[in-house]
Amino acid sequence: MAISVMLGKLAEGMWVSVAIFAVTLVFSLPLGLLVSFGRMSKNIVIRTIVKVYISIMRGTPLMLQLIAINFGPYYGLGIPNTPGWKNMAVAIGFVLNYAAYFAEIYRGGIESMPQGQYEAAKILGYSRGQTFFRIILPQVIKRILPSVTNETITLVKDTSLAFTIGVMEMFTVAKALTASQTSLLPLVFAGVFYYVFNFIVAFVMERIEKKLNYYR
Amino acid sequence: MSLLEMRNIKKSFDGTEVLKDISLTVEKGEVLGIIGPSGSGKSTLLRCATDLEKPDSGEIHYDGTFGLVFQNFNLFPHYSVMKNITDAPLRVQKRKKDEVYQEARELLAKMGLSDKEQAYPYQLSGGQQQRVSIARALAMNPDILFFDEPTSALDPELTGEILRVIKGLAMEHMTMVIVTHEMNFAKQVSDRIIFMDQGYIEVEGKPEDVFGSSNARIQEFLGKFREP
Repeated sequence: MAISVMLGKLAEGMWVSVAIFAVTLVFSLPLGLLVSFGRMSKNIVIRTIVKVYISIMRGTPLMLQLIAINFGPYYGLGIPNTPGWKNMAVAIGFVLNYAAYFAEIYRGGIESMPQGQYEAAKILGYSRGQTFFRIILPQVIKRILPSVTNETITLVKDTSLAFTIGVMEMFTVAKALTASQTSLLPLVFAGVFYYVFNFIVAFVMERIEKKLNYYR
Repeated sequence: MSLLEMRNIKKSFDGTEVLKDISLTVEKGEVLGIIGPSGSGKSTLLRCATDLEKPDSGEIHYDGTFGLVFQNFNLFPHYSVMKNITDAPLRVQKRKKDEVYQEARELLAKMGLSDKEQAYPYQLSGGQQQRVSIARALAMNPDILFFDEPTSALDPELTGEILRVIKGLAMEHMTMVIVTHEMNFAKQVSDRIIFMDQGYIEVEGKPEDVFGSSNARIQEFLGKFREP
């Protein structure tokens, strides 16, 4: 197989990896915020449910979660698998897993905010929503950015776990090519891809951090 | 008509009674100074008056709005000086932008901070931050302005600038309630003084009467300030 053909196949896998990455971030960042609210809820039922959810998501391998979501509906409930289901399963698995991690990061950030910020906002008459979105959240984002960067870099590499349920992302393709072509070159390409991807992620996050450095 | 009336306020934290039975009124245009030793309940009283704490019992009645200047300023660090002052009038009171900005500039001029409009809180000294926080409170046009030990977080050389600002406001007949450890200042600026001790109002009256009181507790308290 010519290298150009190999690269073509890898490129297809690359876009799948990028899609998993993008979908996970876009949905898990807001969902994580909601989950963190549940985790901090005064209602013990909500708080306990969310705690258990976070505990399972963080306490078991993402690989296992993907398998459970992919095959669960069929083996557990007898619902026949549709061809597109595994893509959906990957999206659901990644979003639920990463939302749990992001929720704990948000919680740490929110709980680290000084009480005085809430009190000042209350005295000035801000509503609860205004207080959170105008005063608290912008400061929380600045505080948690380094942790979010960490998690995002892990996500880039975690996209390769989609291979467990046969989604043709970068790593799945590279492994298949390595076997069929008896060449390690595809894996080298894969390694370069993840590295460059994360290089870009780190660069972008650093830019955002710098942008938020206008205050302390 | 009193702007604020508090009646039989009681407040405990974890079984410790901090306010035992407090009643007070604040009249329009007066400056009320609240003094007393640490732990006497001054700050808790102020926090109850400003709705930051809920009293366990008693009644609070307002006739108007209030603002509060905190000991630690509590400016919003991600907002410029201008935005700290204008955001609430714009977003909460929904007032017109031109009018709010003009008023904010006047307040900054009054605070001697006209050149700091675009600065961020971290770029300012403690005294400047406190003046911004006073401007922020005044921008809401409150009927009463509360001060919770406004100079306690400041270096001694920065205390004077804040006290001057508050004296200026007193001259304009701003209604103010000031919790302070600055005895001379309290004496000079207040129309009326409350001396608190162990959750009670121990002495209340004109500054000269309170400072001249023969009450043993207040004499003991003031004595600590006279010692070098």
